[in-house]
Amino acid sequence: MRNPLEQFDKAFENRLRLQIMSVLAVNEHYDFNALKELLKATDGNLASHLKALEKEEYITVNKSFIGRKPNTQYAASTKGREAFKKHLEALENLIRQQKL
Amino acid sequence: MQEKDIYSELSSIRNLMERSTKFISLSGLSGIMAGIYALIGAIAGYRIVYGNYGGLEYRNYYVTDANVIWQLFFIAAAVLIFSLVTGIWLTIRQARKKGEDFWNPVSRRLLVNLSIPLLTGGCFILILLLRGYYGIVAPACLIFYGLALIAGSHYTLSDVKWLGVFEIILGLLAAIFPGYGIVFWVTGFSLLHILYGSIMHFKYNQ
Repeated sequence: MRNPLEQFDKAFENRLRLQIMSVLAVNEHYDFNALKELLKATDGNLASHLKALEKEEYITVNKSFIGRKPNTQYAASTKGREAFKKHLEALENLIRQQKL
Repeated sequence: MQEKDIYSELSSIRNLMERSTKFISLSGLSGIMAGIYALIGAIAGYRIVYGNYGGLEYRNYYVTDANVIWQLFFIAAAVLIFSLVTGIWLTIRQARKKGEDFWNPVSRRLLVNLSIPLLTGGCFILILLLRGYYGIVAPACLIFYGLALIAGSHYTLSDVKWLGVFEIILGLLAAIFPGYGIVFWVTGFSLLHILYGSIMHFKYNQ
């Protein structure tokens, strides 16, 4: 039997990254401050993990200004959505195998 | 990875998906309060229209006196404002209790989706009032309110959708039976709100 852990996405090993992806998977876009509030994360921590996801091209970033305040919107890319789906399937497979 | 860990991971994902798309800090109590305000308003309105006539005397069914119309209009506006203020206050309180920010992308979306049918309905009703179609007020209020609730229900507890469906049904019935507008109006805005608010309160607040 194939080891299901092989299908696990390294990019989602970190819990916060997986959480970010969960939010972006069901929302058209989400801004930085709202993510911070929702995930109860610190600025630096959230920013670094967003950066990592951006580097994997799993999310797209759109920077703009509302008045003078910077407003950064994040959205899941098609590649990111597929990777997230695969990761969830891998998690489900793992549960199924452990039940057998 | 332990099975327990995966379960907690999956449930945290599901929880986040739900919390990031639905604003669930709506307070059942605000529904009850809105229902009570509507009831008080309806009683006051009823007394203005029918109050001066005794039970055995002929009642004037037609509201044409401009003075009466304006009095009714101010009662309706007062009910709306009191309901909104109470609703917003209780919602903010509820969100704070849960440690959530009440002003987030989801609550914004909820507000926008509620406002579009509500403001459209409000303008529509005002225009018809100015043109003298008084009979339209009760059915139009109920129908547009129901549509607003259904539009907003995508961004909050799905129970809200059912309240919307019942409001629309009452609105259509009110259109079929003109002259009984106040009966349907009280049922929709007062009784349904109190009933619904109580259900929500006991379902989610305990």
